[in-house]
Amino acid sequence: MPAPSPVVELRDVSKTYPPTTKGGAEVVAIDGVSLTVDAGDVYGIIGYSGAGKSTLVRLINALERSTSGEIHVNGQDIARLPERELRPVRLGIGMIFQQFNLLGSRTVAANVGYPLEVARRPRDKRTARVAEMLDFVGLSDKARAYPDQLSGGQKQRVGIARALASQPGILLADEATSALDPETTHEVLDLLGRVNKEFGVTIIVITHEMDVIQTLATKVAVMDQGRVIERGDVFDVFSNPQQPASARFVSTVVKGLPSEGELTVLRHRHPGRIVTLAFRDSSVDQARVFGEFAAAGITFEVVYGGINEIQGRSFGHLTLALTSGPDAGRAGDADANIDALLDRVRTLTTVTEVR
Amino acid sequence: MDALVDLLPELWKAAGETLYIVGFTLFFGGLGGLLVGLGLYLTRAGSILANKPVFVVLNLFVNIVRPIPFIIFLAAAQPLARMVVGTGIGNNAIIFTISLAASFAMGRIVEQNLLTVTPGVIEAARSVGAGPLRIIFTVLLPEALGPLILGYTFIFVALVDMSAVAGYVGGGGLGNFALLYGYRQFNPVVTWAAVLLIIVLVQLVQFLGNWLARRAFRR
Repeated sequence: MPAPSPVVELRDVSKTYPPTTKGGAEVVAIDGVSLTVDAGDVYGIIGYSGAGKSTLVRLINALERSTSGEIHVNGQDIARLPERELRPVRLGIGMIFQQFNLLGSRTVAANVGYPLEVARRPRDKRTARVAEMLDFVGLSDKARAYPDQLSGGQKQRVGIARALASQPGILLADEATSALDPETTHEVLDLLGRVNKEFGVTIIVITHEMDVIQTLATKVAVMDQGRVIERGDVFDVFSNPQQPASARFVSTVVKGLPSEGELTVLRHRHPGRIVTLAFRDSSVDQARVFGEFAAAGITFEVVYGGINEIQGRSFGHLTLALTSGPDAGRAGDADANIDALLDRVRTLTTVTEVR
Repeated sequence: MDALVDLLPELWKAAGETLYIVGFTLFFGGLGGLLVGLGLYLTRAGSILANKPVFVVLNLFVNIVRPIPFIIFLAAAQPLARMVVGTGIGNNAIIFTISLAASFAMGRIVEQNLLTVTPGVIEAARSVGAGPLRIIFTVLLPEALGPLILGYTFIFVALVDMSAVAGYVGGGGLGNFALLYGYRQFNPVVTWAAVLLIIVLVQLVQFLGNWLARRAFRR
């Protein structure tokens, strides 16, 4: 199989804004970012507000211009293209927004048809395509409605239909679900998943919600202060984050190691020894691990953690409070017994004893 | 009262002249205001045709012209009217001068109305490849239509107000009628008749403007 071709490739891209005060320092929004998005990826970019992710996504369709570096879209470097020559490039890149940005003066159908008007497609082709897109997002019955008659979720579905009307190969989603409630968020994420699978559209999702990455993305880049500090397959970053900032994001959806504060509470409640076991994908056989505990006569309570699933692969951390079985002898023997058990378990998976 | 009955033909003629002056100034001043307002909006920092020198000059010009009391502006702009219209007196001269003053007043109102359009909507249009001209006609003006209609209704009242001093440069209209036949002849009934007509005219237009704006806002 040939290597997937990158549809978007950023090479050492920076974006600085002039100083906000006279004589002040330049504001660096994007600081030497390189990023490769392959065809068919759902690439998540996560970061706190102000991390530069909204600016980064706007560089890809040149709504913001970079200060330096190369931005290749479908093989063409668009970083230095003049505004006029960008228009055909933009027709190949759809975009959806946090605030939907629908035209209030136009009906739903006219909103969806807007990119086709800009592209000067003939009217009959436009009408057919609009009907097709409204059907895809399930809003055929709202064609004549105006945006302010729709709910937030419906507005975003119109936004998606509009973004895809000109059949772009790339979709940029800028905090597309941040203004929606959790249930509607999942409707929209499901729809974006279908866009990726049914149309083969490469999606770049900007978000500050790890939940969005977990549900939708295949790859993720973590941004902090204008830089990409970590990137990789979503499973790898979730199950084994390398940077503190990444770990903080992961911890918003995944319970890993207990924090210091949580440990204090746990220790107070469970005077015995406390260990954390890591389970990562199928490389660790849970049944064998717990079999060892049974064989050694060590009983335990699960006091913290959980097992998560991403793209059909599971991982997680379980923290156990150990208690010796009723037939254990003196305290010293029990400790030695536990040590021997943990040594055997260490051959199966990562064990962290929290003291 | 008898005097008013005798003056009725004059009153109707004056009302016709007011409509004539205000109608043309609404068209020319409105168009000028739209251009000035678009110019201010499009060239300001961060807008789609951001251009600092143009914005600064335009902004300064608007700020210089707007505070001049109209009756003084009328006198000051008379040479210009003579150049453009060919005469410094009469209804056509005052149409020119009111249109000029109204362009700057309306320009500010148009600018403010355009600023109510969310920048995100313009960004969405840019993201599908729309150019500046298309954005003006398919996004900016339609999205700001409701406020713009109210803005034009507002300026209409100002135009009626300005047209009242047309008599100073030999123009006619209800203002001139009220001053000439009412005030100077010590006949308040005649003055009030003109005032009443002006009130009715303004009310009608305000009513129409509100109705149109409601239709534009309805969506």
